[in-house]
Amino acid sequence: MLDKIIIEQLETLAGADNVLTSKVDMVAYSYDATADLPRQSPDIVVFPTSAEMVQEIINLARRNKIPIYPRGAGTNLSGGAVPLKKGIVLSFQKMDKILEVDAANLTAVVQPGVIIAALNAAVAPHGLIYPPDPGTVATATMGGSAAENSGGLRGLKYGVTKNYIMGMEVVLANGEKVRFGGKTVKNVTAYDFSNLFVGSEGTLGIITELTAKLIPAPKYRRTMMGIFKTLTDAGNAVAGIIAAHVIPATLEIMDRMTIRTVEDFAHIGLPVHAEALLLIEVDGMSEDLVHAEAEAVMQVVKDNNGDLKTAETDQERDQLWLARRNALPALASLNNTVVLEDATVPRSRITDMLIACEAIGKKYNLTLGTFGHAGDGNLHPTILCDKHNLEEIDRVHLAVDEIFKVALSFGGTLSGEHGIGVAKMKYLGDELGQSGLNLMRSIKESLDPEYILNPGKMVPVREN
Amino acid sequence: MTTIEKTKVAPTGKTYHDDLAIVREELDKCMKCGNCMSVCPVYSAEKLETSVTRSKIAVAEAVLNGELELDDPQVYDMLFNCLVCKSCMTGCPTKVDFGRIIVALRAALVRKNGLPWLKKMIFSTMKHPKLFDAGLRIGAAMQSLAFKSDKSGKAISPRSPFALVGGGIGFDADRQMPSLNITPLRERVPEVVNADNAWLKVAFFTGDSLNYFYPDAGMDLIEVLTANNIEIHIPKAQNCCGVPVLVHGDIETVRTLARNNIDTFDKTGCEYLITGCGSCGGAWQHDYTDILAADPVYAPRAEYWAKRTYDISTFLTRVITLRQPKGRVERVVTYHDSCHLKKSMKVFVEPREILKSIPGITFKEMSAPDACCGSGGSYVLSHYETSSIIGRKKIDDINRTKADTVSVGCPACMMQLLDNVHRGGAEQDVVHYISLLAESYRKEKGVKDTA
Repeated sequence: MLDKIIIEQLETLAGADNVLTSKVDMVAYSYDATADLPRQSPDIVVFPTSAEMVQEIINLARRNKIPIYPRGAGTNLSGGAVPLKKGIVLSFQKMDKILEVDAANLTAVVQPGVIIAALNAAVAPHGLIYPPDPGTVATATMGGSAAENSGGLRGLKYGVTKNYIMGMEVVLANGEKVRFGGKTVKNVTAYDFSNLFVGSEGTLGIITELTAKLIPAPKYRRTMMGIFKTLTDAGNAVAGIIAAHVIPATLEIMDRMTIRTVEDFAHIGLPVHAEALLLIEVDGMSEDLVHAEAEAVMQVVKDNNGDLKTAETDQERDQLWLARRNALPALASLNNTVVLEDATVPRSRITDMLIACEAIGKKYNLTLGTFGHAGDGNLHPTILCDKHNLEEIDRVHLAVDEIFKVALSFGGTLSGEHGIGVAKMKYLGDELGQSGLNLMRSIKESLDPEYILNPGKMVPVREN
Repeated sequence: MTTIEKTKVAPTGKTYHDDLAIVREELDKCMKCGNCMSVCPVYSAEKLETSVTRSKIAVAEAVLNGELELDDPQVYDMLFNCLVCKSCMTGCPTKVDFGRIIVALRAALVRKNGLPWLKKMIFSTMKHPKLFDAGLRIGAAMQSLAFKSDKSGKAISPRSPFALVGGGIGFDADRQMPSLNITPLRERVPEVVNADNAWLKVAFFTGDSLNYFYPDAGMDLIEVLTANNIEIHIPKAQNCCGVPVLVHGDIETVRTLARNNIDTFDKTGCEYLITGCGSCGGAWQHDYTDILAADPVYAPRAEYWAKRTYDISTFLTRVITLRQPKGRVERVVTYHDSCHLKKSMKVFVEPREILKSIPGITFKEMSAPDACCGSGGSYVLSHYETSSIIGRKKIDDINRTKADTVSVGCPACMMQLLDNVHRGGAEQDVVHYISLLAESYRKEKGVKDTA
């Protein structure tokens, strides 16, 4: 429990309306969207309304050694927003203003609490988009997705959040406010701070403003589905599309288990005997070019023994997307707990990774389906289990250990888009080695020596 | 996984209304993904985690695990800060049945704490239709003391001393509500309304709102059925559908109301039950079968009527062939999807079909037509500020269509929209969609419309 005096001080500096302390409120801020993690209630939730207020809160917390947990919408999938060591949850839902849309410079300046979809709605009249599209675009905040460096379905062609954050205002653990980057396309002044803080999961500083890059919205698109009898054919088709020099906006894969589950769930006429499905969408500013790319993709699918479905209308496109949209809901309907991983491998190892995931599921006698972003090698092996069955949960943990081990052995990475948080911290050394861990710790401790910012995430807290 | 929908009665012979533990498996389905944040009207107005569905599920889990007390006043406040609009269920990837969960939670609260005295008084009166009727009549007589009428006499707003007292719950001087000081629907018509060349008979469940607040819309519904040569049975012994009581967790009162309604409609000998309100229709289609699931006598009767209950729009366009309207209705019309009509009864295509079939009507779809208007029955009274923020968004969407008429299929939404349209300054007509069809039929006959 926090000292009553601290609560009063926080109420004074943030305003009583911007502070929550009741037990019920604390339960509501004890979780994020990560499965299989214990919940932890904070001591207090504060809603800052300005960067200056954030500075004051950080100074108060540092003087009293109280942990601070920044929080956007709480939709992340690695435990980033869970207040493991109690303390203060800093919720940015009241700093939700779009400060500027600058169509001439293709930028927008936003407060961290702006919902990604709200930014896209605001820039749409200018014919622009903010491309990063994690599954949570309708709920996640710009600050949260920058801190987590969220990816999404368009990562292959359009990149991820880090490619679209041009500048920031950040409050550091020492209470100082820094601004860096901005509207210029080129900027090599000093270190690349934006890329340091994007994906830092709230462990290095608190983002209080963002300058985001926008791009013209693609005018044309074509959507296709390839249906394959073997995983190898599907994998070869992915490689073949890239070899044909087509970079699709979307190149998604679903394995047999996922296809069957989706069909049982949604009855949309999927081929249940197929071993893999690819959902492919090409887009661009020129109709001819998009047409040519679609033709090339279709040829590759045929060359690799795939059956083709194409969409001529928006309605048909929705029909093709139904399968992918239903992947997670369908799998989730099988049991009460969804362990959704995001181990990522080089694109050329997609087939190997799918085969390995299936084998791991069998080995541990688990219900496991894999779908994901084949184009960028970011797969979502998804285990459906019963959280009340502790013996099964043990097997889940063993399977997850093995999935990461295999991904690393293929030259991949622990996380393509969900982040490290609490869930994957123990594997960090396997990918980075001791020198990498030392580097993480050096950076963390130079910016936040007392571990007050999101402690227990990404960098293991040094026990003294 | 099993769902509450399939296991309405636990092996103990209890329904989820009587034993909160029955919803445990349903709670387990929630992944805390937060998709509900994108559709929850309360969350969009308040931007607090405690406003949204997933937190209410987390709190319910904490209650079942003994970490929180159900009768903690904060738990109470949180559980009642929900419109029961069921919007969260439309976007939920794991299809968590929050509509049933919230009722189970509130029922458990009432079991533990009893009802607050005011609710107790009102709900016990509802079990005695004559008493309830008398109560509303006294209200009607008193109305002129507390409220002043607008020019048409159809809408009222509070007089100043009452406005002062009632300001906190929205009864300020700008508040507009339908007038109570009119003859209720069921007193205007006989129990059986004959039609020329009648080829079918149906029963009409008026619900309280059409009966007391919008009897003109009820008359329009009857007129439309008559124009389609259908005989209508409107039993006087029917009472409230029970939804306003159900959402407050007073299950025994709802059971009494439901049994009485079932007995009453059994006697009509009709095979179709027509409603003009999404909450009433939803009660007959879903809630009665749930609350009476463990009742050996009434469960089969509830099932019987559930399959035979139709919103008037569905009946006109799917059961019979609607007599095409020919009278011109020169209006620019938009349509608001009432939550219970769309999310509970799944009715949203039919009213639009009807509106678009009326000559003269220019139909303009608003953006997010199925976003909740913020009424939530009594929610608008208990949470007026949040309700108004939600209502204002709806009014902005309506204003952007430039429509002169807002049509809707649920009287509770009509009340909320009337108040907010008035505050929004654009003063569109707020009507039940069936009234526009009636208007067309009347124009066709050359009857001058007075609406």
